Parts: sequence; structure tokens; C-alpha cells
Amino acid sequence: MIQCKEITKSYYNGDVETPVLKGISFQIEKGEFVAIMGPSGSGKSTLMHILGALDTPTSGNYILDHHDVSMLSDDELADIRRTKIGFVFQSFNLLSRASVLRNVMLPLVYADIPKHERVISVHHALRAAGLSEDRWHHLSNQLSGGQIQRVAIARALVNKPTIILADEPTGNLDTKTGEVVLGTFQELNIKDHHTIILITHEPYVAEHADRIIHIQDGMILEDKRNHQKRIVHLNQ
Amino acid sequence: MTTTDFFEETYASLTVNKVRTGLTMLGIVIGIGSVIAMVSVGQGAQQSIESSIQSIGSNLIVITPGVQRGQGFQISSGRGSAQTLKQEDADAIVKEVSLARAVAPEISRRYQVTARGTNTNTQVVGTVEVYPLVRNLEVAEGSFLTDNHIRTLARVAVLGPTTRDDLFGVNADVIGQSIRINKVDFKIIGVTKAKGGSGFGNQDDMIFVPLSTAQRFLAGNTYVTTISIQAQDQQSMSSIQQQVTDLLLGRHRIQDPQLADFSVLNQTDIVATASSITNTFTMLLGAIAGISLIVGGIGIMNMMLTTVTERTREIGLRKAIGAKKRDISLQFLAESVALTFLGGVLGVFLGWCIAFLISQLAGIITQISSGSVMLAFGVSAAIGILFGYYPARRAAGLNPIEALRYE
Repeated sequence: MIQCKEITKSYYNGDVETPVLKGISFQIEKGEFVAIMGPSGSGKSTLMHILGALDTPTSGNYILDHHDVSMLSDDELADIRRTKIGFVFQSFNLLSRASVLRNVMLPLVYADIPKHERVISVHHALRAAGLSEDRWHHLSNQLSGGQIQRVAIARALVNKPTIILADEPTGNLDTKTGEVVLGTFQELNIKDHHTIILITHEPYVAEHADRIIHIQDGMILEDKRNHQKRIVHLNQ
Repeated sequence: MTTTDFFEETYASLTVNKVRTGLTMLGIVIGIGSVIAMVSVGQGAQQSIESSIQSIGSNLIVITPGVQRGQGFQISSGRGSAQTLKQEDADAIVKEVSLARAVAPEISRRYQVTARGTNTNTQVVGTVEVYPLVRNLEVAEGSFLTDNHIRTLARVAVLGPTTRDDLFGVNADVIGQSIRINKVDFKIIGVTKAKGGSGFGNQDDMIFVPLSTAQRFLAGNTYVTTISIQAQDQQSMSSIQQQVTDLLLGRHRIQDPQLADFSVLNQTDIVATASSITNTFTMLLGAIAGISLIVGGIGIMNMMLTTVTERTREIGLRKAIGAKKRDISLQFLAESVALTFLGGVLGVFLGWCIAFLISQLAGIITQISSGSVMLAFGVSAAIGILFGYYPARRAAGLNPIEALRYE
């Protein structure tokens, strides 16, 4: 469960204060599929960084699984990211010269999980992300964009996080592969009850979620149920 | 992260750009290699000097006459010129210094020696039966002087191999032949084994005759020029030195040790002096070679800094998925240490090859001690840490958000 209470974030350039987030409050329950939507410059990336424990708010509280993570040190934030958050990036960010298995295993390496347990978790995550088994031993730079993003999703899943944060996951993909990736998220949400937060500037992408939080100029413009959810039918 | 994880990560990132890794490592290889080779030359020199000092005798204390200063005399006749050591001094040392294993007084001077028409000028040493024991001398043919020869003032001589070669021809059979020293005939009873030049006088070019005979027929007095003492062991050397000094001061009625008319030289001191010279020499060579090691280390740092910049996004990702500062900095440190350590291993091998070539081609004795190998490993690992620390700190300190955005 996620709770944001009056979160603000300002950047300082010398004495000049630039407010980016101006008091954001919302709550996301376990198992929800939420899209955070807004144009560039709306502060959605900054919000994502705070939700992903990459950054801390200037004021307000961010409560993740009943723990206030708004005032933690760098290493404590790293702990939160390792145990509770799975990232999926627009630019994938895989280790290009490493195999698929090694890429997915990486979060477990930092979590000090024993070797034999790692392999089980990695296989499980790759299956859940829907990457066919004959690709598992490929190097990640031998895969197509859609396959790469599935590897990235598997990597986000592998440490069984509380939330999966997807930052423009379809931004570097063509429409069709983008659809497949979004379908994968829907499946993970429906079948395995993963909490998914999708950050995007495209209304079309946001419409794949159950709930859309619309952000503009650092404030919530609209927070509504999505009644016209676009459902992708994956035929595997 | 477990140790195997570190190894895997390190291996993976070092093999990404093999040429760069190899070239960077080459700096350390050459650095360590030259340190090993140079130190081996230094230690080889030290070893050969020490062994030639040891060849004079082991646990040796040598007493030589000092400066003679009679009362009222203002003219010093120079060190070693005093005729102050006597046969009785040697006898007193035998009697009173119990830690001495053997005492060999000698009188030596150069004489013209003739034999069957050839002649040479060489050192004639009048000495006693225990001399070979004290001075590590061995007899090759015949026998050495005995107490009986000394008691009976026998006119017998033992030749050094070089003297034998000079007078009679190389490896001639000389036992029973006679030579003439200072118009006195001596019968040859033995030849000593060759010891080689020691740098402290050629011990092969000598003639040994009984001490009493030398005093009576050659020198015409009862002085001795040197008393050599062999101590029982190395520990007793300094106490023997003290006892001998006290004894001789008493016998010569000298109150002030500063005015002693003899000097007592301890072989350990000579070895220590020689060692300190060669140590300095070794350190100098090592330091010169060490400069290339530092240059190699800077090469490592340069590469690591480049790597950190190149892998900024990767570092950002690692941080995003939960790597702590420590994990990142350890990973980069592990890479630089792996580079230097591997370079160290290859460098030791290279150094060994160079040392081998030097001893083969230039004929200089080289010696690679386990100490210098350990030191090389230690230094190369330390260089890895030293020059890897700053890049690793930089990597660990990156802000994950900015690192992820880095293009």
C-alpha cells in the first residue's frame, strides 16, 4: 500500500527555488493498476523518483507498506528499492554484454539471495514476463525491443516487489510491441495481483490502467477510475 | 554480494574490452617485472659479497696491530705498523678466552721465492696447525703444518695453488720438492685447495710455513702480524671481542681503550657493513624500478575513471535496483585490484625471466627471494586499492537519477 501525503519537491539553483511538486496526496492499494499521466514538465518524473525511493520529498510524507520513507539516507533508500520496488525504464537499461539470465538475476545478487534460490526466482520471473525459454541464454543485445522490455519486466519482478514502477515502458517501442508490453502488465496485475504504477504522457497508454492520476504543474488535476480500460488479449 | 558474485562481475567487466585491460595491465606487469629483476640483481650482489666474506672464515675475529705511540713520541707511524702483538699474546688468549674455539697467530710478509730457476714474489705466512680451521682453508694434496713442525722449527712449506702454478707449472706434483724463501730452503709438504679470489686478497697465492720457523729464520723476531680467532658460535663473538680487548689492554698496560695499540675486527661487523652497502644499492635499484610501477598505477586509475564515465548508466541502474554505495565502490575496487594483482603475477614471471637472462647473458648472480615476490604482490594489490579508490568513490557517489539519464 502506498500513501502520499502533501508531497512537495523543490529544486534549488542557488537561491532560486523551483517548485516541481506542489502538494500531492493520493493512496494506492495493493493490487491496483494505476497510470500517472501528465505532459512533460508536469512533475510526473519527479513523482516517480520519489515513489521509486530514488529521491526524497522536500516536505510531506511518503508511506510505503506502513513505513515512512520520506526522510531516509541514501543506503536506506537503496534497501527500500532492493526489497520493495521493481523498475521498468523507457530505455530498458539492461547490461548489454550479459545474458538474459544474468540481467534478471542482478537484483538478487545485491539482495544476497543464495545461488540456487536465484535461479528458481529468475525462471519464475521470466515465465511471468512471458519471454520464451529459447531466448534465456541469449545476450541481451541479441534481442528485439519487445523481448528486451520483457527481460526488464522480469528483472523488476524477480525480487517480488511491493510495486512495479514503469516509466514510459512503451516509449521506445512501436505500437504493436508496446501493446504486448502493456498486455503483459495487465496480465501480471490480474493474474498475480502485482501493484503496477505506469508513468506516461500518452493518454492512450494510460487507458490500459484501471485508474488514471492526471498531473499538471505539480498538482493532481484529476484522479479517476478508468471505465474505458483497453484490454490487450495476449495470444501466447 | 558474495565473493563469487564479485569475481563474476569483475571478470565480466574486465573481459568486455580485452585490449584495453591488457594494455593497462602491461603497465603493472612492466613495473613489477622491473622491480623484481632489479632487486634480484641487488640481492645477488649481496649474496656473492657475503659468501666471499664468509670464505675467509666463519665466526672470525681478527686482531691486528694498531698505532704505536710511545711516551713522548709525537710521530704516529700509522695504523697496523706497530709491532705490538707477540706470540705470548696469542698464548694468553688461548689460555684465558674460553669461548674461542681456535686461535691462529700468524706472521706474514712478502718475500721473493725461488724454485728451480723460477721465482715469484708472494705472501709468506708463518702460522700454526689450527690456521686452516680458522680461515676455512682446505688442503688438496699432502698435509698442513702440525704442532710438531712448529716445535721443531721445521723448514717445511705448504703452497697455495696459484703459487704452485707460478713456481712449478699448472698442477705440477710438488710434494717433496724444495723452494727457497729469503735464502732459506723449505721442503714442500702440501698444497691448499683453490678458494678463488675473495676481494680481500687472493688466498690462493700464499705460502704457509711454521710460525716459529718464520719468526726465527725469516723475520728474526717474535712479533706476530695478525691473530685470528674463531668463536664457538655467532652469539659469543661480541663477548670474545670484549674479553680479548680487555686482556690485551691489560697485557700491554694501556688504561685508555682509545689508545689501544691493536685493533679487534669482528667478521659480523664486516658482513653487516657490506650488507648495508648492498642493501642501499638494492633499494636504489628497486626505487628506480618503482617509478615505472607508479606510472603503471596511474594508467590503471586513468582506465578506471574512463570506465566509470562509460558505465554511468549501468551504475545508475545498479543503484536503482538496490545496490548500495559500498557495493558499487567495492565492485570498482575489485576491478582495479584484479588488474594489478593479475599484472603482479605476470610481472613476477617477467621479472624472473629478466633475472634469468641477466644471469645467463651478463654473468651477474641474481637472486629472487620469496620476500621480494611477496612484496611485489603486496605492492601491486596496494596500488590497485590506491589508484582504484578515487574512481570507485566517484562511481559510488553518483546520483542514481542523473546516472540513469546520462547519455
